[in-house]
Amino acid sequence: MNTNKRKLLTGPYLVWAVGFIILPLLMILYYGLTNDSGSFTLDNLLAIADPIHAKALWESVLIALGSTLISLVIAYPLAYILSNMGGNKSGTIIMLFMLPMWINFLLRIMALQMILANTGILNAILGFFGIGPLHIMYSKTAILIGMVYEYLPFMILPIYNVMCKIDRNVIDAARDLGADTKTVFMHVIMPLSLPGVLSGIIMVFIPGISEFVIADILGGSKVLLIGNVIDQEFSLTNNWHLGSGLSIVLMIFIFISMAIMNKYDKSGEGQMIW
Amino acid sequence: MVKTKSFLQKFYVGLIFTILYAPIAVLIVCSFNASKARTIWGGFTLDWYVQLFQNEAVIDAVKTSLMLTTSAALIATLLGTFACIGMTVMSKRSQAVIGTVTNIPMLNADIVTGIAIMLLFVRFMKLGYTSMLIGHVTLGIPYVILNVNPRLRSASKTTYEAALDLGAGPVYAFIKVVLPELMPGIMAGFLMAFTISLDDFIITYFTKGAGINTISTMLYQEVRRGINPEMYAMSTLLFLAILLILFVVNRIGAKQDEMKVY
Repeated sequence: MNTNKRKLLTGPYLVWAVGFIILPLLMILYYGLTNDSGSFTLDNLLAIADPIHAKALWESVLIALGSTLISLVIAYPLAYILSNMGGNKSGTIIMLFMLPMWINFLLRIMALQMILANTGILNAILGFFGIGPLHIMYSKTAILIGMVYEYLPFMILPIYNVMCKIDRNVIDAARDLGADTKTVFMHVIMPLSLPGVLSGIIMVFIPGISEFVIADILGGSKVLLIGNVIDQEFSLTNNWHLGSGLSIVLMIFIFISMAIMNKYDKSGEGQMIW
Repeated sequence: MVKTKSFLQKFYVGLIFTILYAPIAVLIVCSFNASKARTIWGGFTLDWYVQLFQNEAVIDAVKTSLMLTTSAALIATLLGTFACIGMTVMSKRSQAVIGTVTNIPMLNADIVTGIAIMLLFVRFMKLGYTSMLIGHVTLGIPYVILNVNPRLRSASKTTYEAALDLGAGPVYAFIKVVLPELMPGIMAGFLMAFTISLDDFIITYFTKGAGINTISTMLYQEVRRGINPEMYAMSTLLFLAILLILFVVNRIGAKQDEMKVY
């Protein structure tokens, strides 16, 4: 196959990308930057300054940051332990983390609700030991738990992947040169695992900031996140222009966080998500 | 000291896996619970499994989900793999541009991707199965490219050229020499696209037409009314089916590895 013919193989995908990635984004831009009568306006973007919207965005950022941080604290030691367990099990371990994803996301969150509810399983267990009952449901804590539960695998897998790829010889070399376990960890393992940590942060933070289903089910519509606001503009109030405007703001927010991440990610491996 | 450390490590890993699988265990237990109240055990029953197969709405949703997910993953795998092959002969610059566009659906919020596709369809066509399919393919392609591209880069060029020198046509040489090397990447990409599509709710929710339900959108409607225990039965069956498939695939993989050794 000569190269020109081979290039043609990319054709169908390029058509697809223009039609179903770029064009839809232009549609959002169009709706977001116009009003009902079709004339240009910035009102839909500036609507983010409205106290309700601004508060929703702020809550979203806080909850996304919180769940990212908690996931990182849980996932990092776990990935470290798992990567030390030996190489040929890695396929099985990755499978074990992906398996829960085969049970529908909504069902998993519903099950979590059963566990966390006031008369739920967790309180039954705690009650047996004379603790509680804890009132977790319909609060920010419940949303936070739901998000950490949902996105933890996305933090574990990239960190686990880079840790498995760390060359054992490098660690042995550090040991031979007199480094103790702590020094090896601080000066060899930690810096080399950073790309995985960065992709993990991206993989948890971005779905986290736009989350609305978990907030809906576990937060009981007491907590309004920016995702809920956008969803309501489309499904309840039918104000598509405002919904698109707020979506653009959310997108800008995500791209700014990506840009900040990329600045720290000099190796460029942050793009390697799995 | 070493012993307590390794015990603590095992305990930690065990704890996280327990938490990860606890909700799934709860679902499976609920599927056998005679009581409709979710936190009361009313005795063992298989009624929900029987009723599941009589409930046409659930069966339809499962069919739609499986059809949608399978075709979306297949289309995404084909488009993505061909795109990767074509990209190998492109300039660095074009590759970078395509790579950036490819990353958009993966890095953008699902809610924005879903709304964007919905706006396009509402404006120019109609929402329905097609718009859902397009949404799911768009969601899956980046994962295919992400898995196939590294394989293609590490595939050796010399074997392909050797096949050409020995008189194989380019297509024949590709199928016989390059494709086997790409296969693990293609399979991984397909599996990931499939998983993400099956688990997706947000894209489906925004791009679905009236009267069509997947498992996800059906569950979302039921969240407020209270989930029908048949759904627990359905997800238990799906889970077991997937465990079985994975087990078989693993077995075949292990056998092939053994054959390579001997």
